[in-house]
Amino acid sequence: MNRHAFLRGGRAAALLLLLTACAGGAPSPEVRGTGDLGIVIGRATGQVMVVDNDRRRALAMVDGLGDLSHASAVYSHDERYAFIAGRDGGLTKVDLLRGRIVKRILQAGNSIGLSISEDGRIIAVQNYKPGGVRFFDAETLAPLSTLETGSRVVGLADAPGQRFVFSLFDTGEIWLADLSDPRHPTVRKFTDVGREPYDGLITPDGHYYIAGLFGEDGLDLLDMWHPERGVHRILDHYGEGHPPLPVYKMPHLRGWAQAGRQILVPAVGHHEVLVIDTDTWTEKARIPVAGQPVFVIARPDHRQVWVNFAFPDNGTLQVIDLESDTVIDTLHPGRAILHMEFTPRGDQVWVSARDDNKVLVFDTASRKIVATLPMPSPSGIFFSDRAHKIGL
Amino acid sequence: MKAASPLALLALAALAASPALAASPGPARQAELVHLLRQDCGACHGMRLKGGLGSSLQPADIAGVDDDILVKTILDGRPGTPMPPWRPFLSEDEARWLVGYLRQGGKNE
Ligand code: HEC
Repeated sequence: MNRHAFLRGGRAAALLLLLTACAGGAPSPEVRGTGDLGIVIGRATGQVMVVDNDRRRALAMVDGLGDLSHASAVYSHDERYAFIAGRDGGLTKVDLLRGRIVKRILQAGNSIGLSISEDGRIIAVQNYKPGGVRFFDAETLAPLSTLETGSRVVGLADAPGQRFVFSLFDTGEIWLADLSDPRHPTVRKFTDVGREPYDGLITPDGHYYIAGLFGEDGLDLLDMWHPERGVHRILDHYGEGHPPLPVYKMPHLRGWAQAGRQILVPAVGHHEVLVIDTDTWTEKARIPVAGQPVFVIARPDHRQVWVNFAFPDNGTLQVIDLESDTVIDTLHPGRAILHMEFTPRGDQVWVSARDDNKVLVFDTASRKIVATLPMPSPSGIFFSDRAHKIGL
Repeated sequence: MKAASPLALLALAALAASPALAASPGPARQAELVHLLRQDCGACHGMRLKGGLGSSLQPADIAGVDDDILVKTILDGRPGTPMPPWRPFLSEDEARWLVGYLRQGGKNE
């Protein structure tokens, strides 16, 4: 791919937005919304591509975001600003309309993800080094407070009631933080919840938090309406009788694979997706798939989930039908498929093919590729409708 | 993934030429190994190898560990930790080359 030509194109687009936004005498400034915008992370080049998912095109390429391996993003309530946390501890606020960085700070040595509070005013960043969660003002990125954990932090999620919940990989704990007073967070700690929680998810209604364990077979469940009832183990020993296979990439739970009365999660060390019945919190089914699942993501209509896989099966995507809990399609769309994101109504799914330097846009009904966008080493894709979803 | 046979030939040629560099993978394979290291090992160790879920692989941080232990860790993983075994995808020579690459902080890129 001719990256430079593309970058020039990207900058030109950014410039256009700028000009139309501020040139008083220009023909007619484009006034537009942001509900169909999003970003794609370029993990190797420290770039973020701003995209329009209705027109399936790039609007701007934003440079200078540092080390974006394992980067993730959240949105301001007005869907105009994206906040991006990078591996190098960078926290960057990007203006989608102007296609540029508003503010960037280095807030830790090694960071892994972020969340935004219910009221949109607090950004929480989860860090590996030094282990903890730091809170920032979403407007200015000024620091508000810090919770030191003495462990790497995983599975951070925002919850109703100005709360954040997260897990501690090294010490096997779940912490529930109340940020009603952003400068003085209060914490309820759940200890001895199991070995090496590796990620967590909160259900779309904010009612339950689930942490996946790496060091043992099972998941932890916390009822966010009744934290006083404590953390309960579910699907204990799900791998029993099947020696675990090596895991070449940690699975992710965040991404809302809740569909109706079931939640689908990757099994760790097994080529299976586990289906949890949310009435009984027991295993309803396990679906054999093509490799170690990484992301298990529900189409917004909850009829299907799409699954990608860890190395060496990372060129495959599978589609599971939720009426029958079976795999109905297996796709081989490219090399190193790292992430998928559905458009808000689910008509398209955008897929990053890292080693092909491409973002692929699928029509979800036909499962045909309807557009391709060049992008160096694309990874996470985040559309702005996340602004209004709990736990994303 | 399989070792490409033309590269194996190259490696053989190198073996004949200079015993010291005997095992070094050819340039194309080296590029693949660096890509694997940055991208796929980078999923846990960070693209810049400064650590994440996996430990830092910067020269100073692995200075106290023998080559043989590092090679064995790469090939067989570390049971009881998330470090997986890469033997299905890497030969011993390739793992050793990666260790050399790590020792130099990725400077022979
Ligand atoms: C799924 C996560 C994961 C992946 C992928 C991964 N590692 Fe690791 N690696 C770890 C963890 C965790 C440790 C620390 C193990 C321990 O606690 O002793 C580690 C340790 C190591 C060590 C030993 C470092 C030391 O100081 O002793 C080396 C060398 C290493 N990894 C190389 C690699 C290479 C090369 C690759 C890619 C071919 C790779 N790793 C891929 C998780 C991973």
